[in-house]
Amino acid sequence: MSKLLVIAETDGSRVLPSTSSAIAFAQQSGLPFDLLCLGGSVDPSDYADYGAGCVYVGNDARLEHPIADRFAAACREVASRGYFHIACASSTFGRDLLPRLAALLDAPMLSDVLSIISIEEGTYTRPMYAGAATATVQIKGNPILLSVRTTAFEKPERRERSKTEPITIGDLPEGSVWESATTSATGRPDLTQARVVVSGGRPLRDAATFEEYIGGLADLLGGAVGATRAAVDSGLAGNDLQVGQTGKTVAPDLYIAAGISGSTQHLAGMIGSKVIVAINKDPDAPIFEVADYGIVADLYDAIPAMKTLLQRSRGSSL
Amino acid sequence: MKILVPIKRVPDPYAKIRLLPDGSGIDINGLAFEINPFDEIAIEEAVRTKEAGKATEIVVISIGRDECLEQLRKALAIGADRAILLTHSGAIDPLDTAKLLKAVFEKERPDVVLMGKQGIDGDYNQTGQMLAGLLGIPQATFASKIEWLAGEAKVEREVDAGIETIIVKVPAVITTDLRLNEPRYVPLPGIIKARSKPLDVSPAIEVGPAKIQVLRMDKPPSRPPGRKVSSVAELVTALRDEAKVL
Ligand SMILES: Cc1cc2nc3c(=O)[nH]c(=O)nc-3n(C[C@H](O)[C@H](O)[C@H](O)COP(=O)(O)OP(=O)(O)OC[C@H]3O[C@@H](n4cnc5c(N)ncnc54)[C@H](O)[C@@H]3O)c2cc1C
Ligand SMILES: Nc1ncnc2c1ncn2[C@@H]1O[C@H](COP(=O)(O)O)[C@@H](O)[C@H]1O
Repeated sequence: MSKLLVIAETDGSRVLPSTSSAIAFAQQSGLPFDLLCLGGSVDPSDYADYGAGCVYVGNDARLEHPIADRFAAACREVASRGYFHIACASSTFGRDLLPRLAALLDAPMLSDVLSIISIEEGTYTRPMYAGAATATVQIKGNPILLSVRTTAFEKPERRERSKTEPITIGDLPEGSVWESATTSATGRPDLTQARVVVSGGRPLRDAATFEEYIGGLADLLGGAVGATRAAVDSGLAGNDLQVGQTGKTVAPDLYIAAGISGSTQHLAGMIGSKVIVAINKDPDAPIFEVADYGIVADLYDAIPAMKTLLQRSRGSSL
Repeated sequence: MKILVPIKRVPDPYAKIRLLPDGSGIDINGLAFEINPFDEIAIEEAVRTKEAGKATEIVVISIGRDECLEQLRKALAIGADRAILLTHSGAIDPLDTAKLLKAVFEKERPDVVLMGKQGIDGDYNQTGQMLAGLLGIPQATFASKIEWLAGEAKVEREVDAGIETIIVKVPAVITTDLRLNEPRYVPLPGIIKARSKPLDVSPAIEVGPAKIQVLRMDKPPSRPPGRKVSSVAELVTALRDEAKVL
């Protein structure tokens, strides 16, 4: 039977949670699969009991940072060991790496797979036109590469323990060198994994106001903070908080959109949320069309009022 | 330095996309088409680089129907020096697009390819990485800042964790993200004036049968209708007792 290779997302030292979605995809495919973890010093043990036949670990100083040129070259050798399907999460890591690997293998690729229709037929669904269309696509090739929409494939199930096999890394291209990274580490849950997301848009006055209102509400709910492109462009929030067609995709239990009009591009990143709340002072804002609960209000009144009520009910339930 | 900028003709990002009732595709009736927004950012960056005296020539290339001439002319008006249209009708797989671009690269020998990270129609986000892979040259995707050094580019990239800076040797492929720049507005006379710039049209070589086929397009499942609440108190109660998400 044909085999599937899952490429783990790593930051060079840790396997990142998006890898779970790619594993969930592999489990759903029904195919036997292996997992490939590359980095400078990655420890794959947290991902070694989901039923992968083999967990390949390639630790090499040259892979200390996730540089696509090098990772693609390092994946190539393992990927050529008879895998028909090669999958990775559709994070910026996967989007950077997988198409390059596809070119090295002269193989076609689908981005952002939402569901499997038939593994035998090579049919899958994926979004197009900022999610305005769900396309049923057929892909033909050997191998084929698939990046997996993380919100569409949830937790994999625990299965038997995998055997681990170290691999040695051969020649790697040296044209790209990692220089530095800046993260807006906030101590808040990761946007793509959070159960609650509070997002803000253009009307927030400045970064401090954004943090006070949007960040403050998120903290009360134990949630993550998100933003629109307009908010990121005007410096209210970091690029890593942009939700949408060209940013991150989220699907929390609760998504609160404050001062967000509801453009197609923004909706593309949050429409899969379980409960959507809209706070907007324009009763005709398109966001209300997708909101489960909408309130026509000024966010500068509504958010403080919400915080007060939440704090009070916290107090009384203690 | 010579810069090659591949651009794609796509529907206006602010237009409402309607699907044909038979699910065979989108309804292009009355739909306006534009340069893919990420590609417009790529052109702008190339032109600014030339204006700063760091580039000598900007060549734009599009693969598609004759209608793409409209977008190529606009690119010339923004400040590209020369345009190439490879005519091809119908959809092309990103890998085939990358192969056609590779042939153009080998003929033109640019120092850098600046292109969009993603076509906002197919939302593939593949072509740049594939082109770099086929050519075996460095890639710097999702760029929000580019600094030109001698024989290298220092690129800030928008990644999930924040910003990452890498240095790539040229030739390289750099794909643009939204924050790289804000493209200029080009007045109509500028577009007319740019008609005198060279524009080369030839058919694209055969790429063989598509490996990716869109069988049908459906509207995503619609959400059940929600309701408006009249106070924050009602909202909090509903979230706690009805939706049970607090
Ligand atoms: C190529 C491309 C890619 C894009 N990708 C993305 C993406 O990934 N994610 C994304 O979000 N956008 C994206 N966009 C941008 C998108 O088209 C919209 O411009 C953007 O989402 C609008 O952001 P906004 O809702 O914050 O601002 P606006 O559309 O300006 O809306 C602000 C809203 O706030 C309301 N408001 C104003 N003041 C108050 C107040 N005091 N209290 C309550 N409500 C108030 C207004 O009524 C309005 O509805 C993209 C655009 C393009 C062209
Ligand atoms: N038909 C085309 N002609 C020229 N450039 C293209 C074409 N298709 C894609 N591109 C380039 O590849 C980028 C990424 O496209 P995609 O991989 O389809 O999301 C675009 O932003 C363009 O720069």
